[in-house]
Amino acid sequence: MSVKDELVSLIIDAVKELSDQDDVELPADLGHATALFGENGFLDSMSLVSLVVSVEQGVEDRYGQAVSLADEKALSRRNSPYRTIGSLAEYAAEQLGQG
Amino acid sequence: MDAPVTVITGARKGIGRHLAERYARLGHRVIGCSRREPDWSVPGYEHYSADVSSEAEVKRLFAEIRKKHGAVHHLINNAGIASMNHALLTPASTVERVLATNVTGTFLASREAAKLMKRGRYGRIVNFTTVAVPLSLEGEAAYVASKAGVEGLTRVLARELGSFGITVNAVGPVPIRTDLIAGVPQEKIDALIGRQAIKRYGELDDVANVVDFFLRPESALVTGQCIYLGGV
Repeated sequence: MSVKDELVSLIIDAVKELSDQDDVELPADLGHATALFGENGFLDSMSLVSLVVSVEQGVEDRYGQAVSLADEKALSRRNSPYRTIGSLAEYAAEQLGQG
Repeated sequence: MDAPVTVITGARKGIGRHLAERYARLGHRVIGCSRREPDWSVPGYEHYSADVSSEAEVKRLFAEIRKKHGAVHHLINNAGIASMNHALLTPASTVERVLATNVTGTFLASREAAKLMKRGRYGRIVNFTTVAVPLSLEGEAAYVASKAGVEGLTRVLARELGSFGITVNAVGPVPIRTDLIAGVPQEKIDALIGRQAIKRYGELDDVANVVDFFLRPESALVTGQCIYLGGV
């Protein structure tokens, strides 16, 4: 499994955990193309904050490397890394030096 | 709550040390940090070297805590430095240093602690302000500006973190005989104490009493508040 695929799976786990904790309603299928935030996304801004924190912790646990997925670069990108599970995975991979 | 995890910044001496010893004695798992190693230890206390104004060091500290304890219940943002001088004689480097420790340090530790508290849907963050803020104490422009910043952080974080079961409050001590005021001329201290409703130095337990109140589980609806000692 590639790092990006691992990250997609890690994000899906984090989304499921978020759904348990914060009562977020999930789409039927969760995968690379699932919209997270913005157009057709199912997260509101607070849920996005929770997800980003949870993914950062998950990445650190798995790869032993602290990453910041909410720095100014991410927030000002024309194509937000928070659009889909896949785009967030790609951004996390970049931060890990695996992009 | 069984043996809550209580993080105290600036725990090497003064108020931080007093609180660290107190909560360790009360059965908390106390984690302290400071730039230098302490020359004391008590059962239930562990120390990390970290500069709260360094994002990397604060992140590393809380990553260690997460690995070892898996949770944080209380954060006491005690680390602070002061600068007593006329504004016309205060260099920018001093202002930056005071803001970095007092404001950025409080922000960073609160941010990292809140990430862990959020998971448990419970947290108590206690910040440190000073009576010098409401008294607009002359000779302490940089320090007062930094603590006014801490008060602003306290109120905004209270709102941002409230839905996670985290309260954020601040205690504002009067002068206490610690290193923080060691360099302040006696007549300045006397003038300050003269403006208090109760005209005496604060004791370490006066501060601990307010911190105890903020940390209580029953204080769940007390947030965004600054309590000053001395009737200021």
